Amino acid sequence: MWEALKRFYHRMGSPKWFFDISIKWSPWFLWIGSALMAVGVAWGLAFAPADYLQGNSFRIIYIHVPSALLSQSAYIMMAIAGLVGLVWKMKMAFVVSKVIAPIGATMAVMALLTGAIWGKPTWGTWWVWDARLTSMLVLLFLYFGVIALHNAIENEDMANKAASILAIVGTINIPIIKYSVEWWNTLHQPATITLTKKPTMAPEMFIPLVCTILGFYCWFAVWVIARTRNEVLWRERRTKWVKRYVSEHMQMTPSPASKGGR
Amino acid sequence: MHPQRKQRLIIILFMLSGIGVAVALLMTALEENINLFYTPKDIAAGKAPKHQSIRAGGMVVEGSVKRDQTSLVVQFDVSDGAENVTIEYDGILPDLFREGQGIVALGALNDDGIFVASEVLAKHDENYMPPEVKDALDKAHQDKAYKDGDASTTSGSEYGKKPANYNLGGQSYNADKGGE
Repeated sequence: MWEALKRFYHRMGSPKWFFDISIKWSPWFLWIGSALMAVGVAWGLAFAPADYLQGNSFRIIYIHVPSALLSQSAYIMMAIAGLVGLVWKMKMAFVVSKVIAPIGATMAVMALLTGAIWGKPTWGTWWVWDARLTSMLVLLFLYFGVIALHNAIENEDMANKAASILAIVGTINIPIIKYSVEWWNTLHQPATITLTKKPTMAPEMFIPLVCTILGFYCWFAVWVIARTRNEVLWRERRTKWVKRYVSEHMQMTPSPASKGGR
Repeated sequence: MHPQRKQRLIIILFMLSGIGVAVALLMTALEENINLFYTPKDIAAGKAPKHQSIRAGGMVVEGSVKRDQTSLVVQFDVSDGAENVTIEYDGILPDLFREGQGIVALGALNDDGIFVASEVLAKHDENYMPPEVKDALDKAHQDKAYKDGDASTTSGSEYGKKPANYNLGGQSYNADKGGE
Protein backbone atom coordinates (compact mmCIF):
# COMPACT_ATOMS: atom_id res chain seq x y z
CA MET A 1 0.00 0.00 0.00
CA TRP A 2 2.69 2.43 1.10
CA GLU A 3 4.88 1.41 -1.84
CA ALA A 4 1.98 1.97 -4.26
CA LEU A 5 1.36 5.43 -2.80
CA LYS A 6 5.03 6.22 -3.09
CA ARG A 7 5.08 5.12 -6.71
CA PHE A 8 2.01 7.26 -7.43
CA TYR A 9 3.70 10.23 -5.78
CA HIS A 10 6.85 9.79 -7.85
CA ARG A 11 4.83 9.44 -11.03
CA MET A 12 2.86 12.58 -10.17
CA GLY A 13 6.21 14.33 -10.20
CA SER A 14 6.52 13.65 -13.90
CA PRO A 15 4.80 16.31 -16.01
CA LYS A 16 4.57 13.98 -18.98
CA TRP A 17 2.91 11.22 -16.98
CA PHE A 18 0.35 13.65 -15.56
CA PHE A 19 -0.27 15.12 -18.98
CA ASP A 20 -0.95 11.70 -20.48
CA ILE A 21 -3.09 10.32 -17.67
CA SER A 22 -5.13 13.43 -16.73
CA ILE A 23 -6.99 13.51 -20.05
CA LYS A 24 -8.59 10.25 -18.96
CA TRP A 25 -9.70 11.64 -15.58
CA SER A 26 -11.31 14.83 -16.85
CA PRO A 27 -14.45 13.37 -18.50
CA TRP A 28 -15.36 11.48 -15.31
CA PHE A 29 -15.23 14.59 -13.19
CA LEU A 30 -17.04 16.56 -15.87
CA TRP A 31 -19.97 14.17 -16.27
CA ILE A 32 -20.41 13.28 -12.60
CA GLY A 33 -20.10 16.95 -11.69
CA SER A 34 -22.59 18.03 -14.35
CA ALA A 35 -25.10 15.39 -13.25
CA LEU A 36 -24.78 16.46 -9.61
CA MET A 37 -25.15 20.13 -10.54
CA ALA A 38 -28.22 19.44 -12.71
CA VAL A 39 -29.91 17.52 -9.90
CA GLY A 40 -28.87 19.97 -7.19
CA VAL A 41 -29.85 23.12 -9.07
CA ALA A 42 -33.19 21.77 -10.35
CA TRP A 43 -34.11 20.36 -6.95
CA GLY A 44 -32.87 23.36 -5.02
CA LEU A 45 -34.44 26.04 -7.18
CA ALA A 46 -37.68 24.37 -8.26
CA PHE A 47 -38.65 21.64 -5.81
CA ALA A 48 -37.16 22.45 -2.40
CA PRO A 49 -39.66 24.27 -0.16
CA ALA A 50 -39.23 27.97 0.64
CA ASP A 51 -37.78 28.85 4.03
CA TYR A 52 -40.28 29.78 6.76
CA LEU A 53 -38.53 33.08 7.46
CA GLN A 54 -36.57 34.05 4.35
CA GLY A 55 -38.95 32.74 1.68
CA ASN A 56 -37.32 32.10 -1.67
CA SER A 57 -34.24 34.25 -1.10
CA PHE A 58 -32.62 31.42 0.86
CA ARG A 59 -32.13 29.55 -2.43
CA ILE A 60 -28.94 31.51 -3.11
CA ILE A 61 -27.40 29.12 -0.57
CA TYR A 62 -27.07 26.56 -3.39
CA ILE A 63 -24.35 28.73 -4.94
CA HIS A 64 -23.11 30.66 -1.92
CA VAL A 65 -22.15 27.76 0.34
CA PRO A 66 -20.41 25.63 -2.33
CA SER A 67 -18.37 28.58 -3.59
CA ALA A 68 -17.42 29.70 -0.06
CA LEU A 69 -16.42 26.17 0.92
CA LEU A 70 -14.48 25.60 -2.26
CA SER A 71 -12.64 28.93 -2.03
CA GLN A 72 -11.26 27.79 1.35
CA SER A 73 -10.51 24.19 0.32
CA ALA A 74 -8.79 25.44 -2.83
CA TYR A 75 -6.64 27.71 -0.69
CA ILE A 76 -5.56 24.80 1.51
CA MET A 77 -4.77 22.70 -1.59
CA MET A 78 -2.76 25.58 -3.06
CA ALA A 79 -0.76 25.93 0.18
CA ILE A 80 -0.11 22.18 0.52
CA ALA A 81 1.03 22.00 -3.11
CA GLY A 82 3.30 24.97 -2.44
CA LEU A 83 4.73 23.26 0.64
CA VAL A 84 5.41 20.04 -1.27
CA GLY A 85 7.09 22.09 -3.98
CA LEU A 86 9.27 23.99 -1.52
CA VAL A 87 10.33 21.01 0.60
CA TRP A 88 10.61 18.22 -1.97
CA LYS A 89 11.42 20.45 -4.97
CA MET A 90 8.64 18.87 -6.97
CA LYS A 91 8.00 20.71 -10.22
CA MET A 92 4.43 19.52 -10.64
CA ALA A 93 3.44 20.73 -7.17
CA PHE A 94 4.37 24.30 -8.09
CA VAL A 95 2.34 23.99 -11.29
CA VAL A 96 -0.76 22.88 -9.39
CA SER A 97 -0.25 25.54 -6.73
CA LYS A 98 -0.04 28.22 -9.40
CA VAL A 99 -3.08 27.17 -11.44
CA ILE A 100 -5.38 26.88 -8.40
CA ALA A 101 -4.96 30.54 -7.40
CA PRO A 102 -7.20 32.17 -10.06
CA ILE A 103 -9.86 29.48 -9.59
CA GLY A 104 -9.91 29.99 -5.84
CA ALA A 105 -10.07 33.74 -6.31
CA THR A 106 -13.08 33.30 -8.61
CA MET A 107 -14.80 31.21 -5.94
CA ALA A 108 -14.07 33.81 -3.25
CA VAL A 109 -15.54 36.56 -5.46
CA MET A 110 -18.63 34.41 -6.05
CA ALA A 111 -19.05 33.76 -2.34
CA LEU A 112 -18.73 37.46 -1.51
CA LEU A 113 -21.10 38.56 -4.28
CA THR A 114 -23.81 35.98 -3.58
CA GLY A 115 -23.46 36.74 0.13
CA ALA A 116 -24.04 40.45 -0.51
CA ILE A 117 -27.06 39.70 -2.71
CA TRP A 118 -28.48 37.51 0.07
CA GLY A 119 -27.55 39.98 2.80
CA LYS A 120 -29.58 42.85 1.38
CA PRO A 121 -33.04 41.22 1.69
CA THR A 122 -32.16 39.19 4.80
CA TRP A 123 -30.07 41.45 7.00
CA GLY A 124 -30.97 44.75 5.38
CA THR A 125 -27.45 45.58 4.20
CA TRP A 126 -25.12 44.53 1.39
CA TRP A 127 -22.01 44.55 3.50
CA VAL A 128 -20.99 44.83 7.11
CA TRP A 129 -17.45 44.74 8.51
CA ASP A 130 -17.96 41.73 10.73
CA ALA A 131 -15.27 39.11 11.29
CA ARG A 132 -16.62 36.52 8.82
CA LEU A 133 -17.09 38.90 5.91
CA THR A 134 -13.80 40.69 6.51
CA SER A 135 -11.77 37.47 6.78
CA MET A 136 -13.33 36.25 3.52
CA LEU A 137 -12.23 39.51 1.89
CA VAL A 138 -8.72 38.91 3.28
CA LEU A 139 -8.82 35.45 1.65
CA LEU A 140 -9.58 37.08 -1.71
CA PHE A 141 -6.68 39.51 -1.26
CA LEU A 142 -4.35 36.61 -0.37
CA TYR A 143 -5.33 34.96 -3.66
CA PHE A 144 -4.64 38.26 -5.46
CA GLY A 145 -1.23 38.37 -3.74
CA VAL A 146 -0.32 34.86 -4.91
CA ILE A 147 -1.46 35.62 -8.47
CA ALA A 148 0.43 38.92 -8.45
CA LEU A 149 3.68 37.28 -7.26
CA HIS A 150 3.48 34.66 -10.02
CA ASN A 151 2.98 37.37 -12.62
CA ALA A 152 5.36 39.98 -11.26
CA ILE A 153 8.49 37.84 -10.85
CA GLU A 154 10.14 36.97 -14.14
CA ASN A 155 12.24 34.09 -12.85
CA GLU A 156 10.04 31.02 -12.58
CA ASP A 157 11.87 29.49 -9.59
CA MET A 158 11.78 32.73 -7.63
CA ALA A 159 8.11 33.24 -8.44
CA ASN A 160 7.29 29.70 -7.32
CA LYS A 161 9.08 30.15 -4.00
CA ALA A 162 7.69 33.58 -3.20
CA ALA A 163 4.12 32.67 -4.10
CA SER A 164 4.27 29.38 -2.19
CA ILE A 165 5.55 31.07 0.96
CA LEU A 166 2.71 33.61 0.79
CA ALA A 167 0.23 30.78 0.22
CA ILE A 168 1.53 28.83 3.22
CA VAL A 169 1.54 31.83 5.55
CA GLY A 170 -1.97 32.74 4.41
CA THR A 171 -3.38 29.45 5.69
CA ILE A 172 -3.51 31.14 9.11
CA ASN A 173 -6.56 32.94 7.74
CA ILE A 174 -8.48 29.69 7.11
CA PRO A 175 -9.23 28.80 10.77
CA ILE A 176 -9.98 32.48 11.35
CA ILE A 177 -12.67 32.36 8.65
CA LYS A 178 -14.09 29.11 10.01
CA TYR A 179 -14.23 30.11 13.67
CA SER A 180 -14.92 33.85 13.17
CA VAL A 181 -18.62 33.26 13.83
CA GLU A 182 -17.82 31.57 17.15
CA TRP A 183 -14.96 33.69 18.46
CA TRP A 184 -16.56 37.06 17.89
CA ASN A 185 -19.98 38.69 17.65
CA THR A 186 -20.83 38.70 13.98
CA LEU A 187 -23.86 39.42 11.85
CA HIS A 188 -23.18 36.25 9.87
CA GLN A 189 -24.87 33.19 11.38
CA PRO A 190 -22.92 30.18 12.67
CA ALA A 191 -22.44 27.14 10.44
CA THR A 192 -25.52 25.17 9.36
CA ILE A 193 -23.49 22.19 8.15
CA THR A 194 -20.77 20.71 10.32
CA LEU A 195 -19.00 17.41 10.11
CA THR A 196 -19.81 16.50 13.69
CA LYS A 197 -23.47 17.47 14.10
CA LYS A 198 -26.75 16.94 12.28
CA PRO A 199 -27.36 19.85 9.88
CA THR A 200 -29.81 22.45 11.19
CA MET A 201 -31.67 22.36 7.92
CA ALA A 202 -34.61 20.37 6.61
CA PRO A 203 -33.46 17.30 4.60
CA GLU A 204 -35.40 18.32 1.47
CA MET A 205 -33.38 21.56 1.47
CA PHE A 206 -30.13 19.95 2.57
CA ILE A 207 -29.75 17.10 0.03
CA PRO A 208 -29.75 19.41 -3.04
CA LEU A 209 -27.13 21.50 -1.25
CA VAL A 210 -24.91 18.44 -0.86
CA CYS A 211 -25.37 17.80 -4.62
CA THR A 212 -24.26 21.29 -5.61
CA ILE A 213 -21.31 21.18 -3.19
CA LEU A 214 -20.06 17.87 -4.67
CA GLY A 215 -20.79 19.18 -8.16
CA PHE A 216 -18.66 22.26 -7.50
CA TYR A 217 -15.76 20.08 -6.35
CA CYS A 218 -16.00 17.90 -9.48
CA TRP A 219 -16.06 20.93 -11.76
CA PHE A 220 -13.16 22.35 -9.81
CA ALA A 221 -11.18 19.18 -10.57
CA VAL A 222 -11.96 19.53 -14.29
CA TRP A 223 -10.85 23.15 -14.22
CA VAL A 224 -7.64 22.42 -12.31
CA ILE A 225 -6.72 19.55 -14.67
CA ALA A 226 -7.30 21.70 -17.76
CA ARG A 227 -5.25 24.60 -16.40
CA THR A 228 -2.49 22.26 -15.17
CA ARG A 229 -2.21 20.68 -18.63
CA ASN A 230 -1.86 24.11 -20.23
CA GLU A 231 0.73 25.18 -17.69
CA VAL A 232 2.68 21.92 -18.15
CA LEU A 233 2.76 22.46 -21.92
CA TRP A 234 4.10 25.96 -21.40
CA ARG A 235 6.71 25.09 -18.77
CA GLU A 236 7.92 21.99 -20.65
CA ARG A 237 7.83 23.70 -24.03
CA ARG A 238 11.50 23.00 -24.69
CA THR A 239 11.25 19.25 -24.15
CA LYS A 240 10.98 16.78 -26.98
CA TRP A 241 7.67 15.26 -25.92
CA VAL A 242 5.90 18.61 -25.85
CA LYS A 243 7.31 19.56 -29.24
CA ARG A 244 6.12 16.26 -30.63
CA TYR A 245 2.71 16.61 -28.96
CA VAL A 246 2.23 20.12 -30.30
CA SER A 247 3.27 19.24 -33.82
CA GLU A 248 0.93 16.25 -33.79
CA HIS A 249 -2.03 18.24 -32.48
CA MET A 250 -1.64 21.51 -34.33
CA GLN A 251 -1.33 22.35 -37.95
CA MET A 252 0.47 25.64 -37.40
CA THR A 253 3.76 26.14 -35.62
CA PRO A 254 3.39 27.87 -32.23
CA SER A 255 4.75 31.39 -32.18
CA PRO A 256 7.43 31.80 -29.50
CA ALA A 257 6.29 35.33 -28.61
CA SER A 258 2.81 34.45 -27.41
CA LYS A 259 2.14 32.72 -24.12
CA GLY A 260 -0.82 31.20 -25.92
CA GLY A 261 -3.25 28.64 -24.65
CA ARG A 262 -3.45 29.84 -21.11
CA MET B 1 13.64 11.97 5.35
CA HIS B 2 16.55 13.60 3.58
CA PRO B 3 18.22 16.01 6.07
CA GLN B 4 18.06 18.93 3.66
CA ARG B 5 14.34 18.44 3.06
CA LYS B 6 13.79 18.06 6.76
CA GLN B 7 15.55 21.34 7.38
CA ARG B 8 13.46 23.13 4.78
CA LEU B 9 10.28 21.70 6.27
CA ILE B 10 11.33 22.79 9.77
CA ILE B 11 12.13 26.32 8.59
CA ILE B 12 8.73 26.66 6.94
CA LEU B 13 6.85 25.25 9.92
CA PHE B 14 8.81 27.53 12.24
CA MET B 15 7.94 30.54 10.13
CA LEU B 16 4.28 29.51 9.99
CA SER B 17 3.99 29.02 13.75
CA GLY B 18 5.80 32.30 14.44
CA ILE B 19 3.43 34.28 12.25
CA GLY B 20 0.52 32.27 13.65
CA VAL B 21 1.39 33.29 17.20
CA ALA B 22 1.79 36.93 16.11
CA VAL B 23 -1.64 36.90 14.44
CA ALA B 24 -3.22 35.22 17.48
CA LEU B 25 -1.79 37.88 19.80
CA LEU B 26 -2.98 40.61 17.47
CA MET B 27 -6.47 39.13 17.33
CA THR B 28 -6.65 38.85 21.11
CA ALA B 29 -5.47 42.44 21.52
CA LEU B 30 -8.03 43.68 19.02
CA GLU B 31 -10.88 41.52 20.26
CA GLU B 32 -13.04 44.48 21.30
CA ASN B 33 -12.71 45.97 17.83
CA ILE B 34 -13.36 42.75 15.95
CA ASN B 35 -16.64 42.11 17.76
CA LEU B 36 -19.32 43.60 15.56
CA PHE B 37 -21.64 44.56 18.41
CA TYR B 38 -21.94 44.93 22.17
CA THR B 39 -24.23 42.47 23.92
CA PRO B 40 -26.78 43.74 26.50
CA LYS B 41 -24.52 42.18 29.15
CA ASP B 42 -21.59 44.34 28.00
CA ILE B 43 -23.81 47.42 28.06
CA ALA B 44 -25.15 46.65 31.54
CA ALA B 45 -21.58 46.15 32.76
CA GLY B 46 -20.70 49.60 31.45
CA LYS B 47 -18.25 48.33 28.82
CA ALA B 48 -19.99 50.25 26.04
CA PRO B 49 -19.25 53.98 25.74
CA LYS B 50 -22.16 56.45 25.89
CA HIS B 51 -22.98 59.01 23.17
CA GLN B 52 -20.70 57.22 20.76
CA SER B 53 -21.66 55.39 17.63
CA ILE B 54 -21.66 51.69 18.48
CA ARG B 55 -23.58 48.55 17.58
CA ALA B 56 -25.73 46.60 19.99
CA GLY B 57 -27.20 43.17 19.33
CA GLY B 58 -29.46 40.59 20.88
CA MET B 59 -32.74 38.77 20.59
CA VAL B 60 -35.90 40.88 20.42
CA VAL B 61 -37.80 40.11 23.63
CA GLU B 62 -41.27 38.61 23.06
CA GLY B 63 -44.00 41.17 23.68
CA SER B 64 -41.65 44.12 24.06
CA VAL B 65 -42.24 45.80 20.69
CA LYS B 66 -44.15 49.09 21.09
CA ARG B 67 -45.04 51.07 17.98
CA ASP B 68 -45.95 54.74 17.94
CA GLN B 69 -49.44 55.26 16.45
CA THR B 70 -48.56 58.38 14.45
CA SER B 71 -44.95 57.85 13.36
CA LEU B 72 -42.45 55.16 12.47
CA VAL B 73 -40.90 55.27 15.94
CA VAL B 74 -40.65 51.83 17.43
CA GLN B 75 -39.28 50.75 20.79
CA PHE B 76 -38.28 47.22 21.79
CA ASP B 77 -36.04 45.36 24.19
CA VAL B 78 -33.19 43.08 23.16
CA SER B 79 -31.80 40.42 25.42
CA ASP B 80 -28.83 38.08 25.49
CA GLY B 81 -30.45 35.96 28.16
CA ALA B 82 -28.71 37.78 30.98
CA GLU B 83 -29.59 41.47 30.54
CA ASN B 84 -31.98 43.64 28.53
CA VAL B 85 -31.40 46.85 26.60
CA THR B 86 -34.16 49.08 25.28
CA ILE B 87 -33.70 50.20 21.70
CA GLU B 88 -35.54 53.09 20.08
CA TYR B 89 -35.61 53.34 16.31
CA ASP B 90 -37.24 55.72 13.85
CA GLY B 91 -37.38 54.05 10.45
CA ILE B 92 -38.38 51.00 8.48
CA LEU B 93 -37.43 47.72 10.09
CA PRO B 94 -36.01 44.87 7.95
CA ASP B 95 -38.45 42.21 6.73
CA LEU B 96 -37.01 39.59 9.04
CA PHE B 97 -37.50 41.73 12.14
CA ARG B 98 -39.82 39.97 14.58
CA GLU B 99 -40.06 39.04 18.21
CA GLY B 100 -37.66 36.26 19.13
CA GLN B 101 -35.38 37.11 16.18
CA GLY B 102 -31.79 38.34 16.56
CA ILE B 103 -31.00 41.92 15.50
CA VAL B 104 -27.97 44.19 15.38
CA ALA B 105 -28.58 47.94 15.74
CA LEU B 106 -26.25 50.85 14.98
CA GLY B 107 -26.67 53.87 17.22
CA ALA B 108 -25.67 55.39 20.55
CA LEU B 109 -26.59 55.04 24.20
CA ASN B 110 -28.23 58.09 25.74
CA ASP B 111 -28.13 59.15 29.40
CA ASP B 112 -31.21 57.10 30.28
CA GLY B 113 -29.49 53.95 29.05
CA ILE B 114 -31.77 53.78 26.01
CA PHE B 115 -30.04 52.81 22.77
CA VAL B 116 -31.13 55.22 20.04
CA ALA B 117 -30.61 53.39 16.75
CA SER B 118 -30.11 54.83 13.28
CA GLU B 119 -30.01 51.43 11.57
CA VAL B 120 -31.43 48.03 12.50
CA LEU B 121 -30.19 44.85 10.79
CA ALA B 122 -31.82 41.45 11.16
CA LYS B 123 -29.55 38.60 12.21
CA HIS B 124 -30.45 35.28 10.68
CA ASP B 125 -29.75 32.08 12.58
CA GLU B 126 -28.39 28.83 11.16
CA ASN B 127 -31.80 27.11 10.96
CA TYR B 128 -33.53 26.52 7.65
CA MET B 129 -36.90 24.82 7.37
CA PRO B 130 -40.12 24.90 5.34
CA PRO B 131 -43.11 26.80 6.83
CA GLU B 132 -45.13 23.60 7.45
CA VAL B 133 -42.34 22.16 9.56
CA LYS B 134 -42.07 25.39 11.51
CA ASP B 135 -45.86 25.37 12.17
CA ALA B 136 -45.74 21.73 13.21
CA LEU B 137 -42.85 22.43 15.58
CA ASP B 138 -44.59 25.43 17.11
CA LYS B 139 -47.75 23.40 17.57
CA ALA B 140 -45.83 20.56 19.17
CA HIS B 141 -44.21 23.03 21.52
CA GLN B 142 -47.55 24.56 22.48
CA ASP B 143 -49.07 21.14 23.10
CA LYS B 144 -46.14 20.20 25.22
CA ALA B 145 -46.30 23.48 27.09
CA TYR B 146 -50.02 22.94 27.68
CA LYS B 147 -49.40 19.45 28.98
CA ASP B 148 -46.51 20.51 31.19
CA GLY B 149 -48.36 23.61 32.33
CA ASP B 150 -45.25 25.52 31.37
CA ALA B 151 -45.65 28.43 28.97
CA SER B 152 -41.95 29.12 28.64
CA THR B 153 -41.34 26.52 25.94
CA THR B 154 -43.02 28.27 23.03
CA SER B 155 -40.25 29.99 21.14
CA GLY B 156 -38.56 28.86 17.92
CA SER B 157 -36.59 25.70 17.81
CA GLU B 158 -33.77 24.08 15.95
CA TYR B 159 -34.78 21.75 13.20
CA GLY B 160 -35.36 18.55 15.07
CA LYS B 161 -35.85 18.07 18.76
CA LYS B 162 -33.52 20.40 20.56
CA PRO B 163 -34.54 23.93 21.57
CA ALA B 164 -32.80 26.72 19.69
CA ASN B 165 -29.35 27.80 20.64
CA TYR B 166 -28.66 31.33 19.60
CA ASN B 167 -25.09 32.38 19.42
CA LEU B 168 -24.55 35.82 20.82
CA GLY B 169 -21.16 37.17 21.69
CA GLY B 170 -19.43 33.85 21.60
CA GLN B 171 -21.60 32.34 24.30
CA SER B 172 -24.55 30.30 23.18
CA TYR B 173 -27.58 30.46 25.32
CA ASN B 174 -30.73 28.53 25.39
CA ALA B 175 -33.58 30.71 24.18
CA ASP B 176 -36.22 28.46 25.64
CA LYS B 177 -34.96 28.80 29.14
CA GLY B 178 -34.27 32.49 28.73
CA GLY B 179 -30.62 31.85 29.48
CA GLU B 180 -28.86 30.92 32.63
